[in-house]
Amino acid sequence: MSELFDIAFISGLIGATMRMATPIIFATLGEILAERSGVLNLGIEGIMLMGAMTGFLVTFSSGSIWTGVLAAALVGMLLGLLMAFLAVDLGLSQHVSGLGITLFSTGLAMFIYRLYVGSPTVPPTIAPFKQITLPVLSKIPLIGPGLFTQYSLTYVAWLLIPLMSILLYKTKLGLKIRTVGENPVVADTVGVNVALTRTLCLVFGGALMGIGGAFLTLAHQNMFLIDVIGGRGWVAIAMVIFGNWDPLKGALGALIFGFLDGLQLRLQGFGIAISFHLFLMIPYLLTIVALISVSRKAAVPAGLLKPYRREEKGG
Amino acid sequence: MIGFRLTKRKPLPGWARIVIPIAAIVATLILSAIPILIAGGNLWKSYYYLFHGALGTRYNLLETFVKASPLLMTGLAVAFAFRAKFWNIGAEGQLLAGALTATALGVSLGGIPPMLVLPIIIVAGFLAGGLWAAIPALLKTKLKVDDVVSTLLLNYVMIHIMGALLFGPLQQPDSSWPRSSAIVEAANYPILLARSRFHLGIPLAFLAVLIIWFINKKTTFGYQSRAVGVNARAANFGGINTTKVILWTALISGGLAGLAGVGELCAIQRRLIMDISPGYGYSGIVIAMLGNLHPLGVLFSSLFFSVVIVGAQTMSRMTGVPTYIAEVIQGMALMVMLIFLLFTEYKLKRVRKK
Amino acid sequence: MSNNNQPVVRMSGITKRFLDITAGDNIDFSLFAGEICALLGENGAGKTTLMNILFGYYTCDEGQIFIKGKKVNLSAPKDAIARGVGMIRQHFALVSSQTVLENIIVGTGSGNGIFLDLKSARRDIVSLQERFGLQVDPDAKIWTLSVGEQQKVEILKALYREVDILIMDEPTAVLAPAETDELFKTLKILVKEGCSVVFISHKLNEVMDISDRIVVLRAGRVVAEKKTAETDARELANFMVGRELLDNFEKKHITAGRAVLTIENLSALNDKNLTALHDLNLVVRRNEILGMAGISGNGQRELAEILFGLREPTGGMVKINDAPLKFGSPTSAISLKMGRIPEDRMDTGLLMDLTVEENLILENHSTAGFHRYGLMNSKKIHRFSDELIAAYAIKTANRDAVTQSLSGGNLQKVMLARELAGRPALVVAAQPTRGLDVGAMEYIHQRILQERENGAGILLISEDLDEIFNLSDRIVVLYEGRIMGDVRCEDASREQVGLWMSGVQH
Repeated sequence: MSELFDIAFISGLIGATMRMATPIIFATLGEILAERSGVLNLGIEGIMLMGAMTGFLVTFSSGSIWTGVLAAALVGMLLGLLMAFLAVDLGLSQHVSGLGITLFSTGLAMFIYRLYVGSPTVPPTIAPFKQITLPVLSKIPLIGPGLFTQYSLTYVAWLLIPLMSILLYKTKLGLKIRTVGENPVVADTVGVNVALTRTLCLVFGGALMGIGGAFLTLAHQNMFLIDVIGGRGWVAIAMVIFGNWDPLKGALGALIFGFLDGLQLRLQGFGIAISFHLFLMIPYLLTIVALISVSRKAAVPAGLLKPYRREEKGG
Repeated sequence: MIGFRLTKRKPLPGWARIVIPIAAIVATLILSAIPILIAGGNLWKSYYYLFHGALGTRYNLLETFVKASPLLMTGLAVAFAFRAKFWNIGAEGQLLAGALTATALGVSLGGIPPMLVLPIIIVAGFLAGGLWAAIPALLKTKLKVDDVVSTLLLNYVMIHIMGALLFGPLQQPDSSWPRSSAIVEAANYPILLARSRFHLGIPLAFLAVLIIWFINKKTTFGYQSRAVGVNARAANFGGINTTKVILWTALISGGLAGLAGVGELCAIQRRLIMDISPGYGYSGIVIAMLGNLHPLGVLFSSLFFSVVIVGAQTMSRMTGVPTYIAEVIQGMALMVMLIFLLFTEYKLKRVRKK
Repeated sequence: MSNNNQPVVRMSGITKRFLDITAGDNIDFSLFAGEICALLGENGAGKTTLMNILFGYYTCDEGQIFIKGKKVNLSAPKDAIARGVGMIRQHFALVSSQTVLENIIVGTGSGNGIFLDLKSARRDIVSLQERFGLQVDPDAKIWTLSVGEQQKVEILKALYREVDILIMDEPTAVLAPAETDELFKTLKILVKEGCSVVFISHKLNEVMDISDRIVVLRAGRVVAEKKTAETDARELANFMVGRELLDNFEKKHITAGRAVLTIENLSALNDKNLTALHDLNLVVRRNEILGMAGISGNGQRELAEILFGLREPTGGMVKINDAPLKFGSPTSAISLKMGRIPEDRMDTGLLMDLTVEENLILENHSTAGFHRYGLMNSKKIHRFSDELIAAYAIKTANRDAVTQSLSGGNLQKVMLARELAGRPALVVAAQPTRGLDVGAMEYIHQRILQERENGAGILLISEDLDEIFNLSDRIVVLYEGRIMGDVRCEDASREQVGLWMSGVQH
């Protein structure tokens, strides 16, 4: 038991926390962008999967891992555009549109993967990202080695968190997005293009989701499996609520989830005699508990879930 | 966005409700040509094998019904829940709950009179699924927790419960794989038609369609559930106990999904394995929406899906198109259907730009 | 008042159709520089639709628009704003969780680059405030402001965008008399500084008060255009309605009986956890209409919600015919025979996507007559619905028509039919005729009087003073959660009631 408090263990755990949290941070930020503009994007799980698959295949065939990341982002943007078409332009139910995209993307991802790769006995792999150790910072005692030896995408995620905050709260575009999400009528009457704003948020949010998915096949693992996303998209949806639609708090939630995920892996290594599956359950259960504690005073963007159409005449 | 505007149109006559879904299915099949061609399959051969594989021989046709059975149950489950705006994305977990219960009982009820075994398992499976759905329903009504997220997360929790049990107490004694022992003979769903896998679960599913249709149309509960789905605030104003309605809706919905699990276990697999459901719970969502949340619509869309899934196997063998085309077609069908449904209420109007 | 022959706005031949309603029929409308032009008409006459077209929010099916002499093609509010047209609606276009500053500058290019420049925006706004006399704290969150202050924010929003053609839609609907005076002062300053104003209203006296010119719309057509100085209220009223308005209702004199509704020491909080009701005491008797006057936002919504069973108070008791009302339980209200007309009928009271019949049976679908062992008795239900549709003259294709397709007046009739069918002992009606045309209004008033004769006690909560004075036997005023004044209708004067509505006790 004393090994638990071993420096190496803690350091490893910190590193793992960041690693496991990274895809969720990307996904959560992407979803916050969408929901702040008033659209619940349930396509997130599917977009992440398509991102994972595309990133993997492109890396596999081109040999360049950053091209893979770029491709994943592009695919995410396309799917975000599709979501915008269904939910914003056509005004279809956001629940249904999003779920439709997830289901469609899941099938599409597997279809394309099979087409390209066939069904080999040993699944193909790629040379994944290598972790980068930041020079000075990683020497900080205790937290240094773990925190500052990460994949480059993780460092990108860190940068994105404050950037997203600045975007939302300090820029004109951010005010427009928030207004569209709170009350699209208000935005429309001051000349903000509601549809365009929502579409942009869905497209760029989709890019982030795609990258988050690609992280799982390009860094975390180095192959593509059908369950590679494993529900992390849905966890991101929960993290948005948990973080009260704020980038910093949402990222905090992602970190907590990453911590639990990392902890669970390590505790298994200690042969603690509880089934490995019960450990896997913990993060999801705790997410539900977190939701319970937060749902009472949620600051939901008031315009979430309502399609915006100008010429609806009331009774 | 580009010079067009959606405006409300006059309601379409009644025949539209049947023609539109059929048109959507036809449009989907036509659109399916795209992935088939991308996969390098010969178009006519592919369509031929798709339909032949599903409907061409007696065995294939019956197999289509076999595959339709769990889809129909989860489709009904989701449709029933969605009507009351209980966003049950957890049909997958509820299905597993049913399968798990059926397994636990199915391996241990060897000692009691055979006649009782199946009824007990069926009821228990229904209750298990129902309870698994009741949890998020309680969270929603009492604690305002979003049902989309909670039902989803519980899917993963249930998968891991199943994993824990399959690597633990339920594991077949001499095996190192996560599988249970076989269930006792009396727990098997009887095969109803010789030389096929056409089993008891299929007429049960059809019965479920009738029962749900009856509940929706003729009972006060069906009316209340409809009212809650349309406007929970007004339903509450009118004296309907929305909490009770949502809880019962969740119980029935989860129960139906649980029965899908029981069916897969007792009729097809006869023992519990991790992959007992290739996503039936999620397919159920698409089926429900494709069927416009109406039991008869669900019946037809589950048959359509089944044709696609079964046919895709044959098509894949004969033309090399990956079997996942089934999921692609499913996803496309949904989007096509949504768009068609939209245009029953709205039309496009061209708007002059500056 | 300026007398340029070139109008600053000219709309000609404007036609607008929604599905089966023609909201605008070949309308010609002009606005001259520096004038306050009133657009008068009853609810549903097409005034808001016409102005929405001028604001670019709607597009017209036919017709042309000229702003400051140039022909324009407006496809979005952005285009209208660019030409100096601004619109302030009845329900303010403000984000309540954001600050005044954020609401004013959203969507404008103030400051440099991509970042918000709150400092210079604040400077500009403060100077606007001084110029036009509109004092509001720029950093306050909208939900903390009074209605009058919110309206000032709306005006500042327009001025910040250099709007000089301002459209105001029913601006006084939510204001107390004192705030209305302030608004009129502001409008005069606006005009002096070079703006032109379109003032949409259905309130004759105010229109006579503030406008230079009046255009009357009825059923989507222009029926009159007069200089204010050359007309009077009676003539305008006739134009609005197209016939002689009924002077007064046939209100029989009935002696009120014993108490039907007793409210004792009722206290409650609103959604922001501020006090909405302060130790309220009230009695409504049989055969009596108690008119509760007051501007929205003084506790009426909370009071109605408590009576309807949608909200729980923090203290006090409510009794209906001496039986206590169980709080938070609509079932209790229904079983105590309360007929309830909520103020937003579509959101709270009706199931818009279901059929007329399904709405009519909402409250009694589970009573013995209509069901047995959980099964609905279709025959009895159909007969019940048909009878109600006939009795209340609800204009609908049939009982299976989707409620969404009904007009506002018919929606309210469905509500009335449902609530009054059971011969209620008490009727609580909140803003029952808001947004309805005169015909529907008259019908509803008749029905309310009918119930009074049948022995019910009626609590009528309304912002419409005419309605209050026409129907009530007694009048009370709700101000900041307290009852100000309690008089018999004959003894009440509009001045007195107006003062109470503004919080002036004596």
